[in-house]
Amino acid sequence: MNAPQADHLKAVSDAALGEDEQAAQNYFDQLISEDSRVEPRDWMPEGYRKTLTRQVSQHAHSEIIGMQPEANWITRAPSLKRKAILMAKVQDEAGHGLYLYSAAETLGTPRDVLNQQLLDGKAKYSSIFNYPARTWADIGAIGWLVDGAAICNQVPLCRASYGPYGRAMVRICKEESFHQRQGWEILYELSHGTPEQKQMAQDAVNRFYGPALQMFGPPDEDSPNSKQSMAWNIKRFSNDELRQRFVDMMVPQAEALGLTLPDPDLKWNEERGHYDYGKLDWNEFKSVISGHGPCNVQRMQRRRAAHSEGAWVREAAAEYARKMEAHNAELIGA
Amino acid sequence: MSFASNDSATKQSAGIAITAEEIAEQGITASEDVARYALYLGDDALMLGQRLSHWISRAPELEEDIALGNIALDLVGHARFFLTYAGTAWGKTEDDLAYFRDEEEFRSCRLVEQENGDFGQTIARQLIFSYYQHELYSKLVESQDETLAAIAAKALKEVQYHQDHAAQWLLRLGIGTEESHRRIQEGLYYMWPYIDDLFHDDDVTAALPGIAVQPSSLRENFDRRIAEIISEATLELPQVDQAWGGDRSGEFSEARGHILAEMQVLARQFPGATW
Ligand SMILES: [Fe+2]
Ligand SMILES: [Fe+2]
Repeated sequence: MNAPQADHLKAVSDAALGEDEQAAQNYFDQLISEDSRVEPRDWMPEGYRKTLTRQVSQHAHSEIIGMQPEANWITRAPSLKRKAILMAKVQDEAGHGLYLYSAAETLGTPRDVLNQQLLDGKAKYSSIFNYPARTWADIGAIGWLVDGAAICNQVPLCRASYGPYGRAMVRICKEESFHQRQGWEILYELSHGTPEQKQMAQDAVNRFYGPALQMFGPPDEDSPNSKQSMAWNIKRFSNDELRQRFVDMMVPQAEALGLTLPDPDLKWNEERGHYDYGKLDWNEFKSVISGHGPCNVQRMQRRRAAHSEGAWVREAAAEYARKMEAHNAELIGA
Repeated sequence: MSFASNDSATKQSAGIAITAEEIAEQGITASEDVARYALYLGDDALMLGQRLSHWISRAPELEEDIALGNIALDLVGHARFFLTYAGTAWGKTEDDLAYFRDEEEFRSCRLVEQENGDFGQTIARQLIFSYYQHELYSKLVESQDETLAAIAAKALKEVQYHQDHAAQWLLRLGIGTEESHRRIQEGLYYMWPYIDDLFHDDDVTAALPGIAVQPSSLRENFDRRIAEIISEATLELPQVDQAWGGDRSGEFSEARGHILAEMQVLARQFPGATW
């Protein structure tokens, strides 16, 4: 084959590829504009794939790291019923992590790579889990506020344009509402118990309320990626819209609990039809999310220790599977 | 509204619908003898559930966080049934018995109180205990005491899963790598001296013919079945003398105090409180 001919062929194939890609992009745009679902086999823009991989894996990491503050109270839960409920809850969170890693894998990055990003400190997880669960009431506050905020965030994600993510969210949201209810029950019992118990509940709410509001992410003006996520139908509401929804939902619930929310500026705004709320400390948020919260070091250390201390077990399981496969192949061959 | 532990979507073991609350509400009162026996069963399950629950968020892989958590949850469930039932003899609740008895009042065997150690040590303990419990509940389902029989029927299904889980891991670790073989073998040696405790007949079981399972009657099946799986895993059956002591009515491990100190600390700070 002479050179000009080869060039000619290349030019033809480029054009064809370009056309294919344009067609694929058009199809993708159409799916988005029709509010349909994008599935793993569909072509998608690199940015879409990257954004989703980051979001879904961060979400998975959050479920996994989030097990730690709650696991901290399993062995000390004050009744056997509460112990059983808490164990089931923390187990659910591990399950959520698994669903989400599977969803992320359909975008092309294997779970062990994603896990390694977490262990290397290259991936983020929800900053709320870097706060300590010091008292039993914190378990109530985490269930009520943190799972509550998760629900606000995740219900719209059930309609996320990426099919596997949306479907994982549907499963997860069902369980999150159990979790929130359980947190509520813990706080209810405490706030209707002895004065010391009630004080424990109030103290936990005081500490977790602000960080829970920050779970929705920075204010809209500081969240440059949100717009693109909304254009792709991944995100349906802005950070501030979701935060407002959460505040509006929690105020009456706090009243029913007989507890107060630690915000002197919180008040009903007749005109807006929403509660106004005070400024959050975004310096604290930035500091915690970038590694300087009260428990960041311990959370990462625990995850790394579990991973490295479990290495011999995973190797054994893999080696056993290989040996069994070889053994079976031999049997079939014989 | 209450949330039974089987609301968890990750819970794998199927069981008959029976709850600790139902046992409490049935209005059946256990005799003193039956209650003492129920404490044996409940305390074993509680101690092991407490031990295993420590693995949650620390397991070698996420699937094991779930699996060990599942088993721990089942065991705490069994403990709730047995302690609730035992409590009917003395007008006490499951929580009175779990949180407000002192060390010497518990009746658990030493095996379940042993440290988790590494994953191999935990699996060794799981293997021994789940094989024992499987034999036990397989017979207890025929107990003339209907409540004990019903609890055993529910627990048996779950214990079948615990047994499979332990056996599967024994095979993986025994056959897997040199290191895993060494570690699980060490784990078996570590736990083995406490096996006899599980099979002692005593005045509590002797007082309940047809109701309690005589532990010695379980030994033959246990020995045969556990030897089979250990050999299949290419491991050696430990040949070690049994540890002295280990009578359920008195002797117990050093670990018990630590387990209870952790488990009971909050409940005892607020005696009489509800949660
Ligand atoms: Fe979750
Ligand atoms: Fe949750």
